[in-house]
Amino acid sequence: MWTFFHKLASPPHFYRLAPQIVPWLAVPGLLCIAYGTYAGLFVAPPDYQQGDAFRIIYVHVPAAYLSMLAYMVMAISAAIGLIWRMKLAHAVAASAAPLGAWFTFLALATGSIWGRPMWGTWWEWGDPRLMSELLMLFLYFGYMALRAAIDDTVKADKASAVLAIVGAVNVPIIHFSVEWWSSLHQGPTLIRAGGPAIDAAMLYPLLAMILGFSLLFGALLLRRVRSEVLYRERRKRWVRDMILAAGGRA
Amino acid sequence: MEALAMGDYGPYVWTCFALTGLVLVICDWRARSRQRQVYRDIEVRVRALEEGE
Repeated sequence: MWTFFHKLASPPHFYRLAPQIVPWLAVPGLLCIAYGTYAGLFVAPPDYQQGDAFRIIYVHVPAAYLSMLAYMVMAISAAIGLIWRMKLAHAVAASAAPLGAWFTFLALATGSIWGRPMWGTWWEWGDPRLMSELLMLFLYFGYMALRAAIDDTVKADKASAVLAIVGAVNVPIIHFSVEWWSSLHQGPTLIRAGGPAIDAAMLYPLLAMILGFSLLFGALLLRRVRSEVLYRERRKRWVRDMILAAGGRA
Repeated sequence: MEALAMGDYGPYVWTCFALTGLVLVICDWRARSRQRQVYRDIEVRVRALEEGE
């Protein structure tokens, strides 16, 4: 087991292994998203209060979930890199940030579009869920800006890792904000005591979308980590040998 | 047409799904283009080194 992880953490081994794993994540992920989109848009019945506008949850909830998952991947990888000085961990953290930022933007945008017909407003500045999610977007931007501002990769890894770890406190705040404070945002629907408060006809497409987004995130992350590994190892012998042997194939 | 109208919420629902599709395509495109760019930069450097040796 430890030998497997030790081998996986080796940059050349990871670089060669990643493209073999990507299709096993991307294809099932796309199939889940295709099913979830079809069933969510055309099979699930309209909500008795929100009508067809509720169908926005099929993209909003997976995006919001991924925004937090990506941050946890980033923070945990950064911590592993900082504590055990594992090079691959810092590459994972650096690669998770732009994906997390995109999913956070998507969660905010789709939430805002849903809020217009349901709440009568695009945005509510006093809402704790909205503000904590917006803070997460700024944390992603801050993390990426900090990395970009430091030329030395080792120093950039350390400084950005500290920011990622400190910012992780925002993740439980986002999740529990609707329980701790008065919020326009509805309470937990899936992860709650007593099970999901949603009918099976609506639930299964949502679970398929969450699974599909997660698998696709995994595939996109592997691709990005691969590029990051290649960039960081650009002066290593194995990269030079690989490029000379490949003769122009990426 | 009724399915497209989404009970008058069509513009909101379809905008969200289109935006999601766009973001996923951008994420995929960015990952691919970054890989190509990094590979090409290194390839140019490696070739230059080889020719210099």
